[in-house]
Amino acid sequence: MIATRDAYGEALAELGGENDKIVALDADLSGSTKTGVFAKKFPNRFFNMGIAEANMVGTAAGLASVGKIPFLSTFAIFAAGRAWEQIRQSLAYPKANVKVVATHGGVTVGEDGGSHQSVEDIAIMRAIPNMTVIVPADGEETKGAIRAAAAYKGPVYVRLGRNKVANVFPAGHKFEIGKGNVVAEGKDLTFITTGLMTAQAVIAAEKLKEEGISARVLHLGTIKPLDKELVLKAAQETGAIVTAEEHSVVGGLGGAVAEFLGEECPTLMKRVGIYDRFGLSGKSDELLKYFGLNAETLIEQAREIVSRKK
Amino acid sequence: MKEKIADLEEKARRLRVAIVKTLHKSQSGHTGGSLSAIDMVCALYFHKMRHNPQDPSWEGRDRFVLSKGHAAPALYVTLAECGYFPAEDLMMLRRLGSHLQGHPDSKGTPGVDVCTGSLGQGLSMANGMALGFKLDGKDNRVYAVLGDGELQEGQIWEAAMAAGHYKSDNLCALIDSNGLQIDGDVSKVMNVASIGDKFKAFGWNVIEIDGHDMGQIISALDKAEAHKGAPTAIIAKTVKGKGVHLFENKASYHGVTPNDEELPEALRCLGCCD
Ligand SMILES: Cc1ncc(C[n+]2csc(CCOP(=O)(O)OP(=O)(O)O)c2C)c(N)n1
Repeated sequence: MIATRDAYGEALAELGGENDKIVALDADLSGSTKTGVFAKKFPNRFFNMGIAEANMVGTAAGLASVGKIPFLSTFAIFAAGRAWEQIRQSLAYPKANVKVVATHGGVTVGEDGGSHQSVEDIAIMRAIPNMTVIVPADGEETKGAIRAAAAYKGPVYVRLGRNKVANVFPAGHKFEIGKGNVVAEGKDLTFITTGLMTAQAVIAAEKLKEEGISARVLHLGTIKPLDKELVLKAAQETGAIVTAEEHSVVGGLGGAVAEFLGEECPTLMKRVGIYDRFGLSGKSDELLKYFGLNAETLIEQAREIVSRKK
Repeated sequence: MKEKIADLEEKARRLRVAIVKTLHKSQSGHTGGSLSAIDMVCALYFHKMRHNPQDPSWEGRDRFVLSKGHAAPALYVTLAECGYFPAEDLMMLRRLGSHLQGHPDSKGTPGVDVCTGSLGQGLSMANGMALGFKLDGKDNRVYAVLGDGELQEGQIWEAAMAAGHYKSDNLCALIDSNGLQIDGDVSKVMNVASIGDKFKAFGWNVIEIDGHDMGQIISALDKAEAHKGAPTAIIAKTVKGKGVHLFENKASYHGVTPNDEELPEALRCLGCCD
């Protein structure tokens, strides 16, 4: 059990040793985002840009245009929020080879409160053409995702969390951009999940078994591009979908799945997430409970959707 | 005057005690930057600003913007001392369901007019208020407290340019220049040196003071009010964590709260025996 941001720090420092084109940038949060691990190992290839996120994104675009592979980090709210247009214009529009690795996404930032809880970043990053959006479930997947992002040519947004999360994937798990993973098989419904909600779906599926409900768990580590094949298969084979994410239900994973299925294969659906409101201060576990981001909610929604199928 | 200053100094000491107790209780929040800003916040609320705790939305009030919103504890203990809400509420800081959010939130806290916490946005809002008062021919004044690390945000300089351009002499920015941010020394992370010269270049009236000297704070605020035709920036040299040697000048105490072992010593430093 480690935090995805810790896995990022390790993976980036490791990659830095393999490829000297990799550079890192941060905006006065290198201890929290874990780019500090890279900075310690490769001080010459690390740029602390100060509390100036928009400039950091532009600088990364410049570095990329002369052949570097920049990884830039800050909290998700300041990356996707403050620097949205810089990311759109200077990174995505020209397909700049820059990786935005945003940490402290979602409500698990906790006590800092609503101003610091980004529950819209997946939606706004997904809306930008050329942008790849990755939300890993655990540390292992994060390591794979960072590696895949470095190998991929173009802009990537990776959303990570603050707290330790349970492992979903075994050590050495191979991550492929755009490919989902069926974590558990099932035929009555499918949980389509991302980030820390995947571990919750695994728990929910186990409990539902006792009630005679067979739930598939499809983890989408990449929100964009969407793994259409696995989503379509889940819809056709199980006939009911419950999505779950630590994010607004507007425009995130749930939105992406609903848009696709609405056109290709209209299917009974429920979205678990935050219903169009801001976060607030509290301990992260309390907040997850408060917003119903847990296995219990998934179980309730599964029961309900299965009963509606009949 | 001497008496007034001694009175404010004693208030500031008590507010420091309240900050330390509040942060010890919440075990989450920002210690260093709250203690460095408190003397200025104290002088504003108990000496300079027109405001009415019995009527938080009184139209005649001056406005306060805590642009470095992470110093919310400094604002909250001051508002409680003024009587905007009961001091017991402080013990609920950052808890689920509390009106005292981790960063100032105008939706729930009496006396808080603007939401801050995302650095770099406060001075723009303060200048907007100042422009609005001018439009209405009102003499309300606007005060904003900023961090020196925060000055790295480009928007600060857009706001400085606009306030200078519009000659917002009803606006006063106080820069809490403690020389530290999260990743270390401001001068090493991203040097914003010659802050005074920068504000001057945008047409501001600039006053440099010791931000823990109550006499200097008061006199600077008075001069700012008297100055016509330009906004005033008070560049206040401060010490992050001021008042508690355990926390002073340590970047590591930026977002760390006093633990059980540190609490007695911290309170002792502040001359608190209870
Ligand atoms: C836009 C934005 N970027 C990053 C942060 C995270 N952050 C909170 S406090 C802080 C350092 C602030 O330093 P300074 O302004 O000098 O404040 P002080 O030292 O007085 O506490 C940072 C980077 C933030 N709140 N907002």
